This record gives sequence, structure tokens and C-alpha cells, in this order.
Amino acid sequence: MNIEALLLSIRLALCVSSILFAVGVPLAYWLAYSRWRWKFLLEAVVALPLVLPPTVLGFYMLLAMGPRGPLGKLWHAAFGHGLAFTFAGLVIASVLYSFPFAVQPLIASFETVDRKLLDASAVLGAGRMRTFRRVILPLSVPGIITALVLSFAHTLGEFGVVLMVGGNLAGVTRTVSIDIYDRVQSLDYASANRTAFVLLVISFAVLSAVYGINRRAGRRAWLPWPAK
Amino acid sequence: MSRAQLAARVRKMYRGEAAPSFLLDLDVEVPPGITILFGPSGAGKSTLLDCIAGLTQPDAGRIAIDGDAVFDSEKNVNVPPQCRHVAYVFQLLALFPHMTVEANVAYGLRDAPEQERRARVAEIVEMFRVERLRARKPREISGGEKQRVALARSLVTLPRVLLLDEPLTGLDTELKASIIDDLRAWNAAQRIPIVYVTHSRDEVDALGERVIALEHGKIVGEGTPREILDAPRRRRLAQAAGFENLLSGTVLDLREPDGAMRVGLADATCEIEVPLGHAAPGDPVRIAIRAGDILLATEAPRALSARNVLEGRIVSLKRRGSLVVARVNCGAVFTVHVTPGAERTLELAAGKKVWLVLKTHSCHFVEG
Repeated sequence: MNIEALLLSIRLALCVSSILFAVGVPLAYWLAYSRWRWKFLLEAVVALPLVLPPTVLGFYMLLAMGPRGPLGKLWHAAFGHGLAFTFAGLVIASVLYSFPFAVQPLIASFETVDRKLLDASAVLGAGRMRTFRRVILPLSVPGIITALVLSFAHTLGEFGVVLMVGGNLAGVTRTVSIDIYDRVQSLDYASANRTAFVLLVISFAVLSAVYGINRRAGRRAWLPWPAK
Repeated sequence: MSRAQLAARVRKMYRGEAAPSFLLDLDVEVPPGITILFGPSGAGKSTLLDCIAGLTQPDAGRIAIDGDAVFDSEKNVNVPPQCRHVAYVFQLLALFPHMTVEANVAYGLRDAPEQERRARVAEIVEMFRVERLRARKPREISGGEKQRVALARSLVTLPRVLLLDEPLTGLDTELKASIIDDLRAWNAAQRIPIVYVTHSRDEVDALGERVIALEHGKIVGEGTPREILDAPRRRRLAQAAGFENLLSGTVLDLREPDGAMRVGLADATCEIEVPLGHAAPGDPVRIAIRAGDILLATEAPRALSARNVLEGRIVSLKRRGSLVVARVNCGAVFTVHVTPGAERTLELAAGKKVWLVLKTHSCHFVEG
């Protein structure tokens, strides 16, 4: 089993889920409560990675991050090196790829908070920020955990996007899924099996945790495959 | 400048979910003390409270508290709800489910220093008799306790106005009365305007210093509870006011010296005497009678001062809380309230022959 690849994948997944949490919470708040008429367009954009083949997303990311792409140029100006085939590039692409897995559960759980509680908070003198911190967030804990765990798990298991924008550099962009693919290509099934099995166990554990938490909370957060 | 502490002039197109849209259009002044906003559901009562609290915006008008405009469409003033110092207890209470009773009550006191906050919470939970529940969550306390906590949470902030939207729905009369007493005691110390929305006649009776009757977004009556409840102007209001019997009839003759007239109900198969009204023989009229104002007898009563004794048969009996609702067919069908004790002693049953006794002045003449 390739420990280096596994650790890299976990590091990537941790980075991605923390960034998604930071970006996803305000965006989900806005999507849940805004009455902007063109909101649905943004909702569609957020959901795009659910239906796009990873290769399509990866392809556009690669173009954007390349030396002539807008993102690549910007990055080069700021840090003096390119973005494609680096860990940072991988993080950015993965964030976009896992976006719906963080934002959808957040929107869903913000929306289930009773509006009357928000009204009650307002008439008791609380502004939006305080209402969000004291009422919406604590009542959305299952949704927040779901968002964190799903974006972690989804990043851990991604393949196509990584292959497109990251390539296959040991210790930099070679994640577990790429490693498994490599082993299979070189007919090293025993090694591929060990790594694949670890990934299977981790993913199962993570999803059991999510469904378990949502069951205990008695409220249904958004899940890509709803529990019965 | 008016002396009233809350003055609201509001116009708003209201689009109800079930009810057809209508225009809320009224001008109210609420002095310190309890003012009841009374009317059938869908009359616009809650919408008016939402406008005062700032949770919804009127299309036009002006709302002022102690002379300060919190909303003024002409001057583009619209103070957000969190800055209005208006307390609002919702019908469904909206206690924060993830906080203890104590945290719920302290929620509106974030600006106060720790010590003062504790003292004020302690004082109000004692006043509303919920101090022993401080550490519990809302789901662990009873309905009446929740209502007390919701009141305490709103009042601890020392608001300039208190809005209550049917806060005591679903409680039994005794519990209601005790909560109302506590609210009165608080209001005696803190003289602020309290707007109390209800469609229950009992609450109007129990609470009222002053009643504003609302229907279809307009004020249709203003006065003491007696004036409003005893002079139903319109059919819907009469029903809301607890006139369970609303009967159509025709004036038969006027007896001006007696101050009465005779009315035939249900194609004149049943005649009753009612107080003299502005009507002429042959005019269609409506008569409102409270179910609790009708006496029921199982033998023909004699030598009574009441002018109306009607013979009929019981159609049905239904137990509702602590009373029994009897439907009696005397040509016209009357709804009569009796106690479960009376039901037992008189051995009332469907099909039994009975007599209804109605005082002339229990029969209210309803216009239109």
C-alpha cells in the first residue's frame, strides 16, 4: 500500500473541506435566504459538478490554470510559479469539484430552520450576524457535519479531475485513486487491492457516520442518496 | 402629536395563503394597558402586528412609538425589527429549541452587564413562575410553561410595546386566567401598550380594558368588551364573538309599547320575541343568540318571566371540554350549551322532547 499517496489524499481532503466550509457557509446562507430573482442561475452553477464529467471540469480548470490561463497568470504573478500540476492547483480544482457536496447540505439545513425563530431573534434585538451565530448555526449542526464529511469523502475519492489538472507526481499530486489506477495498469493487483480496500473502509466509515448523525438529529439533512 | 404611546396608520395589500387578498387599511392608537385586537381569522390581525414589529412592511402609512416614527412611508423611515424595542410573542411561541429556558429568557439581554442580566432574568422567571424550569429545554416543559417562558423572554427586555398573537391558545381556562393575572401584574408596574390578538370571546371578557374589532382589514368596532361583544354588527363578527346561533327570520309584528317585536324563524314554524329594532313587518332579519344564554327544560316550564318558550327535540349531543353542546330542533335548529351534570340529571339524549327558554334580551338583532 502506498502510504505517501494515502497521506497526500487525506491532506488534500482536509484542505478542501476546510476551504469549502469557509466559503460554503456564507454562500449557502445567501442562497438559502436571498430573494434575488436570478438566484436559480447560481444554484445551477453550484450544482454543475454533480452532473459534469470530471474530465470536463478538469479540462477547463487545466486551461484556466495553464500559463496562459487567467488563474495561472494571476498565480504566477503572485507566487512566481505556475499552478497546473501543483498541490495548490489540485486544491483549487477539488474545491470546485466538491462544491455541491458542501453547499447543498448547508442550504438544506439552513432552510429547515423555522423562520419564526429568526423573527423571534430579530424582535429580541438580534441583528443578522447574531441570529446566524446563535440560532441558525447551532440548529444546523447535522447539516454542517454532513457538509464537512461529504466534501472530505468526495475529495478523497476523486480521480478524473486530479488526473486532468494534477497529473501524477509522487508526493505532490499522486493521490490514492491515481495510485490504484497506476498499480492496476502495471498489473500489480495485490497492491492495488490493499489500497483500494483501505479507501473502501474509510469511505464506508465516513458515510455511516453521516447517516448516523442525521438519524440521531431526527432531521433529514441533504444527502446525495437520501436515507430511507 | 397624539398622546397615545403606539400609533399605527397602515395600508397594506395582504395576500393570504388561503384567504383571498384584501387591503389592510386602518388607523389605531394604543394607550398603555391591554388593548384587544379582536376578529375572525384572516381579518389581518397578525399582519398588523407584523407591521408594528417590522417583520413585514406596510405599503404606506406611519407607525410611531412614543412619538418616534419606526416606519414612515413618506419620510422613508423603516427601522429594522431588532432596533424597534417591540416585544412580540407569536402564536407558536418560537422558543429556541436548542437553548435552556434560562438562555431563552436571557437572549434579548446581550448588551446588559453579566450581573444585571442575571438579576433581571431571575426577577422575571420568578414573576412568571418558571424559575424551577431554568435548566430545562423547551421540549421538556408543558404547553402552559412554554407560554410563560415566551412571555418572560419578551418582557425581560423592557420593551416599549408588547404584541401578543393569541399567546394562550390551547390552554384551559384556569391556566389562562393565572397567566393573564401575571401579565396584568407586570403591566401594572410597566405601563406600556399591549396589543393582544385573539378570536376568543372568553379572552376578550377576561382581559379587556379596550377592544378593537377588526374584519377584512378594517376596524369595525371599538369600545369596551361589552359594547363589542353585545352589539354584533356583522355576521362574521357575531360568530367570532361566540354567538353560536345566528338565525334568519322575518319580522311578524312590532310591539312598540313592550319594546319588542315578534320574529318568525325558519318559514315561521317557530316564533320568538326579540328587542325592538329598526325594522318593519315583513323585513328579513338575523337574530344572534349565545348558546350559553338558552335554558333547556325537560318539562314544559310555566310562569316564567322569559317570553320565549320553544318546544323541540334534541338532534344531537356532543361533549366539548367541560360543556355539552346540544342541537335542538324547534322548527329552527338551536345550539345550546349545558353542563355534563345537567346532561346526566336530565337524562338528555338524542330524540328527547325538550323546551328551550330564551329571554327577549338574549336575542340580539343583527343588521344586514
